[in-house]
Amino acid sequence: MSSNRSLEPSALSINDLPWQVKYSNDRCTLCGQCTAVCPVQAIELTVFRKRTLKTSIRRQAEQVTNQDVFYGIWQRTDVAHACIGCAMCTLVCPNDAIHPQKNPGLDRMKFHINQQGVPRRRGGRRNAAGSILDRIKFTRISMLTDPALDAGRHEFEMRTLLGRVLSPRENMKRLREKGWIPPVREIYPLIIGGMSFGALSPTMWEGLQMGVAYLNEEMNMPVRMCTGEGGCPPRLLRSRFLKYVILQIASGYFGWDEIIHAIPHMKEDPCAIEIKYGQGAKPGDGGLLMWHKVNKLIAAIRGVPQGVSLPSPPTHQTQYSIEESVAKMILSMSMAWGFRVPVYPKISASSTSLAVLNNLTRNDYASGLAIDGEDGGTGAAYSVSMDHMGHPIASCIRDNYLNLIKIGKQNEIPIFAGGGIGKNGNLAANAAALIMLGASGIQIGKYVMQAAAGCVGTEEDRCNVCNVGICPKGITSQDPRIYRRLDPEDVARRVVDLFVSFDTELKKIVAPLGRSTSLPIGMSDALGIDDVAAAQRLSIKYVV
Amino acid sequence: MCRLFALTSRDPVSPMLAIKALDVMKEGHDGSGMGLLLQDLGGPFEEMKEAPILSGIFSEEGIRRLDLFMMDLGFLTKYKISLKVPKKPVEGIPRRDLYLIRAYELPEDWDSLSKEDMASRLSGIRLKIREMGEEKNDMIVFSFWPDTIMIKEIGDPLLLAQYLGLDRKELKARIIMAQGRQNTNYAIDLYACHPFFIKGYSTMTNGENTAFIPIKDFLTSRGIPAYSGYQSDSEVFAHILHYSLEELGLGIDGYKHVITPLQESDLSVHPDAGFLSHLKRTCRSLIIDGPNCIIGTLPDHSLFMVQDRKKLRPGVVGGKPGLYAFSSEICGLDAVIPDRDKSRDIQPMHLDTVIVSPDRQEVAICRQTEALNLPL
Repeated sequence: MSSNRSLEPSALSINDLPWQVKYSNDRCTLCGQCTAVCPVQAIELTVFRKRTLKTSIRRQAEQVTNQDVFYGIWQRTDVAHACIGCAMCTLVCPNDAIHPQKNPGLDRMKFHINQQGVPRRRGGRRNAAGSILDRIKFTRISMLTDPALDAGRHEFEMRTLLGRVLSPRENMKRLREKGWIPPVREIYPLIIGGMSFGALSPTMWEGLQMGVAYLNEEMNMPVRMCTGEGGCPPRLLRSRFLKYVILQIASGYFGWDEIIHAIPHMKEDPCAIEIKYGQGAKPGDGGLLMWHKVNKLIAAIRGVPQGVSLPSPPTHQTQYSIEESVAKMILSMSMAWGFRVPVYPKISASSTSLAVLNNLTRNDYASGLAIDGEDGGTGAAYSVSMDHMGHPIASCIRDNYLNLIKIGKQNEIPIFAGGGIGKNGNLAANAAALIMLGASGIQIGKYVMQAAAGCVGTEEDRCNVCNVGICPKGITSQDPRIYRRLDPEDVARRVVDLFVSFDTELKKIVAPLGRSTSLPIGMSDALGIDDVAAAQRLSIKYVV
Repeated sequence: MCRLFALTSRDPVSPMLAIKALDVMKEGHDGSGMGLLLQDLGGPFEEMKEAPILSGIFSEEGIRRLDLFMMDLGFLTKYKISLKVPKKPVEGIPRRDLYLIRAYELPEDWDSLSKEDMASRLSGIRLKIREMGEEKNDMIVFSFWPDTIMIKEIGDPLLLAQYLGLDRKELKARIIMAQGRQNTNYAIDLYACHPFFIKGYSTMTNGENTAFIPIKDFLTSRGIPAYSGYQSDSEVFAHILHYSLEELGLGIDGYKHVITPLQESDLSVHPDAGFLSHLKRTCRSLIIDGPNCIIGTLPDHSLFMVQDRKKLRPGVVGGKPGLYAFSSEICGLDAVIPDRDKSRDIQPMHLDTVIVSPDRQEVAICRQTEALNLPL
């Protein structure tokens, strides 16, 4: 931009951008791979002009001016093409000539990312690195008071229950009277949470399914995966692998026409039905699949036209109250599978979660409650929702669990926690902490994308373009040119790596606490934290 | 690790026999306390099997308050043993006014009560006395139940027995449980001392109960007032026993399925697989996970021993018809029944529940993989 022109308000310099591309002309081979791979065309090949002067102290000597040109990489500074920090350029560069760097100063682009009145929307995460879960320590180690268990050699049973467990007396009564006993699944406590076919690419989805099938059939780990709101591929619905799948129904009902019609042809019941009422990343807002990702296949599975954005309503429109929502929907879904399949709601963590829980405790058909905390991820949401709406998961789970204890139903309605678990890489420690605070199981999403498919997202607003289908790793893209980068076999292998290593780490945590034969749900005496207020809030020990 | 010793005998014997065993096993406990349970009593109590016996420790003021309280309820003293202690204090044993063992005549209007109502009222009275005692620190009550005496005190077991004169002839029982305390986990509190007693069921345990908090949370939320206390993490073993047998109607063969259920591979081939998977799920919060050996008695005067899932604690059962003993170490058994056939001693393993029924003729082993008596 020339200095004598008028400046647009949104004219930005590299200094204003959140990510700055550092480029070394000396090392660049001009192969062009970085510009080709950049998902947002933030960099382009440019001809630079450079004037060189040759001067001398001798007055008579000739002054020489040379005008040279050279080729190099230029970072664009308009909002639409601002670097997202994904570092795909670095990944493909054969000479380490280029890498993005986080702007250490103020990211002024934030003030201009609402061009044409559209606030920023993105996928990904909340971009807040702090985690109370990371600060929780396991302090009650059995050593000389009792021999600690051997994580490597003792027998362990790290399983949880998904389903409505009756009280022992009531269950005994119904066994005696041959009454209906709600279905209960014994599953692995780490669940792959709802990420839809549509939000995820076909290769990613296939990889997850293969990994889950392998874990179940070869590793004896009953891992389950939730579909998210996007239906389920017809072949899977009619396959024996459906038993490893939790089908999700949400306010858009996408894909449910296909599912309902497949019921008579199902060889197996699904593991469970999750009714999504809310999501931690954008509480009170519905699901969103932006038009970029609604291709022919996705449109067919969801039963919608191609190329239109699919915003689900914030709530289920056919109901007008919590009683209606919970009771009617749970009953309808239970009935669809002859009361053989657990049905449970998923809500976003909120100070109103207790009200939902209390409602569920009075409903025998409610099989559990999944609560998604503010650190949950999403395929697409308004930034304002992701950044400022929601409730932390730890205290929400704790409040709900303590409430269940108060009414004596802590073993009856399992609570599943999701949202930012393992967001800084400490998956097993975070999961174990939540279990000991009262969760029966853990749902993960972003962690799976990071560990099993190499998602580049971090808590520093890196990448976050899941919503527009340009995921540079092919994880959340519906463009075959991009998603073919991801080999489903590789994803499956990494899913298995993830779960097997998690299992070892979980045992390494619970064994020294003297626990092995049952998941230590609610074993809060094992926990401590170096913050008085947090310790008090979570009813755990304060340790310094 | 605490040392445990229990015996069941056709003829009433003195508690000194069990205390002798504790003394032999002294290497294994620090003598910081002793708990004693006597059931199926002999001596003067033989004639008053129905009369509830109150066992506890009282100050002079406490005993006055107790008398008023019991009289108000319509209880009259039928028989009592007051353990008067020597004037000269013994180091390591706290000074108390009175160790009380008192049998009561039931109020007349109790005659028409059902067994359950009676149990719940007796337990309610015990809890009330405990609560009153905790207010003024003048009463400690261990049990209030027919045909049952409990004595607990801080100090070395043998010194205590001599101090309290437990060799007196009125004190004889057919079932005796004794624990020599190894005080590691909690401050010394007599309510934390084994054995624990609830409505005719009693257990004592060694080892730490790592799943204590979830189990406690489950029991206290059952709406049963007697599921309280929990000064020790081992008290829950007695309450789980009561819950399994009284609330769920299981037999003693079901107790182990509640606290240490079979794992999936064994469960799936069990003759009662369906029932047991229901039991495992619904009683998930009662699964114990620590290294524990549990010895207990039932209201019918059966004596049993179960081990934790990994069998991390010692425990041996042996004896001869008419006299069997359960001990945490073989030397304890040797001290009390030296003339038994040692080749028939049994060390219960991770699937076993060992039971000696009130006829005291043999040791029965119930393996967890066998079919069980279903309460259906």
